[in-house]
Amino acid sequence: MIIAEQKSLEELKSLVGTAEKVLVVGCGTCVTVCFAGGAREAAITSASLRMSSKLDGSPKQVSDVTVQRQCEWEYLDQIAEQVGQVDIVLSLGCGIGVQAIAEHFPQVWVVPGLNTKFLGLPTEQGVWAERCAACGDCILGLTGGICPIARCSKSLLNGPCGGSEAGHCEVSPDIPCAWQLIYDRLTSLGRLNVLLDLQPPKNWRTSRDGGPRQIVREDLRLHIEED
Amino acid sequence: MMANTNGYLVGSNLERVLKAGHFAVTAELGPPQSAEGDVIRKKAGLLRGYCDAVNLTDNQTAIVRLSSIAAGAILVQEGLEPIIQMTCRDRNRLAIQSDLLGAAALGIRNLLCLTGDHQTFGNHPSAKNVFDIDSLQMVQMVTAMRDERTFQCGDSFKGPEPRFFVGAAAAPFADPVDFRPLRLAKKAKAGANFIQTQLVYDIPAFEKFMAKVRALGVHKQTYILAGVGPLKSPAMAKYMKSNVPGILVPDELIERMELAGAPWAGKSKEELTKDDKKARSAAWQAEGIQICIELINKLHQIEGVSGVHIMAIEWEDAVRPIVEGAGLSPRPVVTESPPLAAALG
Ligand code: SF4
Ligand code: SF4
Repeated sequence: MIIAEQKSLEELKSLVGTAEKVLVVGCGTCVTVCFAGGAREAAITSASLRMSSKLDGSPKQVSDVTVQRQCEWEYLDQIAEQVGQVDIVLSLGCGIGVQAIAEHFPQVWVVPGLNTKFLGLPTEQGVWAERCAACGDCILGLTGGICPIARCSKSLLNGPCGGSEAGHCEVSPDIPCAWQLIYDRLTSLGRLNVLLDLQPPKNWRTSRDGGPRQIVREDLRLHIEED
Repeated sequence: MMANTNGYLVGSNLERVLKAGHFAVTAELGPPQSAEGDVIRKKAGLLRGYCDAVNLTDNQTAIVRLSSIAAGAILVQEGLEPIIQMTCRDRNRLAIQSDLLGAAALGIRNLLCLTGDHQTFGNHPSAKNVFDIDSLQMVQMVTAMRDERTFQCGDSFKGPEPRFFVGAAAAPFADPVDFRPLRLAKKAKAGANFIQTQLVYDIPAFEKFMAKVRALGVHKQTYILAGVGPLKSPAMAKYMKSNVPGILVPDELIERMELAGAPWAGKSKEELTKDDKKARSAAWQAEGIQICIELINKLHQIEGVSGVHIMAIEWEDAVRPIVEGAGLSPRPVVTESPPLAAALG
């Protein structure tokens, strides 16, 4: 899922600026699960903004609402009326949610309440870690199900580099070395031979390097028959 | 039109020395953090005659420095032979190939392909990195440019190809240790003509590594130069032991360094005069150089080690006494064609 983190109250205040009517919009999917932008966080953020604006001597009208998914038009339609009544929308969705609101409500000024971090999972209570960089051409089949694109600090295809030490990456003792993990896993599965092949340079076109990406599935599109 | 290399792959001095079967010596030169070319000329003067080729580091430890190719070009002007280092951190495949065409046109004939330290270590930690290709893929790419006259995309090109004697690095003691000989084998398979290793201080550990390398036959596919470097002080030895991944410094060497400074050991910082500090430094440095000489002599005995790479960082004047002390001076001059048996590389 998409992992995000809340911006500081200071930054939220500066983003909201002088707007008087504020709608905080939470999202019920990924950012709810990672405790960054669900209904609970939306309510807390809205209360914090209300209180701090009061303390600052210029009280704002701040309300909040949470939709099932900010990244789908049909859920955004449900809040069209509330959105129309405010000066600014503070989205607690991921970067996709913020942009969906901007795209769906052309007249509305929307600002992000979260920093969208990565695609990952909770490895334990309170800890989230990156797992996928959406490179567009998955090579997990070559690496025993551990992604070197997202999890090796240098995205090496023929790792590990010389900086791997005691299981962690040269960048930080808190980052496990992806190539140590790959090596260990392939060794324990008796498939170390996979690592002896030279992996050729990756085709990054399928990644962001090919420009913004889009998928079109003709089989799923709604074609309006012309008569 | 293949360049006439007289039976050599490239004909660089390094290649000639190695193919003639001499124990090769390379040394490292760190370009300055400024546009001062004279520093390079001065350092080159310290190395002249004491090594077969000089490594020019490429923004080492991710700190911006004068470019390795420009420094290499200065060395060519000075009549020394450069090995330019090239990392995958700062350039994509287009930039690497373009810069290497330029380097070849400037008369540079040796290249060391490196992954590169992560930029968060250096002086621009907020930079975006590249890592479009990795060091093995770079070896493969430049080998194909030389031998097949094709760019990485597969397109062939006309006109002179960049001819490099291609090197790669090895970290014998980095984790996972068991994989290191296999990764070295991969580099040889990718086309590496020579290998320069991370600093070696622990001879038994390196012997173990080399035994595995020999078992894989890799020493017959590529020339392996063991990395050595003089210790400057006990503190430096301890720092490397505990902070630099992939470097093993035996306690015995740290004790030797401490012993060298023993006459000044009892005194506090305030008690030590300037002259005391100078004398202590000199004693440490002399011991560091002595240890380095002994290491080289031991490495020379290990089957499959074709030479040494001396890394005396910001201490280039240590190279001469080390090379002389190890009996590796004067350096050979190889003018004839390679012996037929020297098919290696
Ligand atoms: S290989 Fe690409 S798609 Fe697969 S997990 Fe890694 S980044 Fe994601
Ligand atoms: S230490 Fe491991 S994870 Fe870090 S850059 Fe090197 S190979 Fe990648």
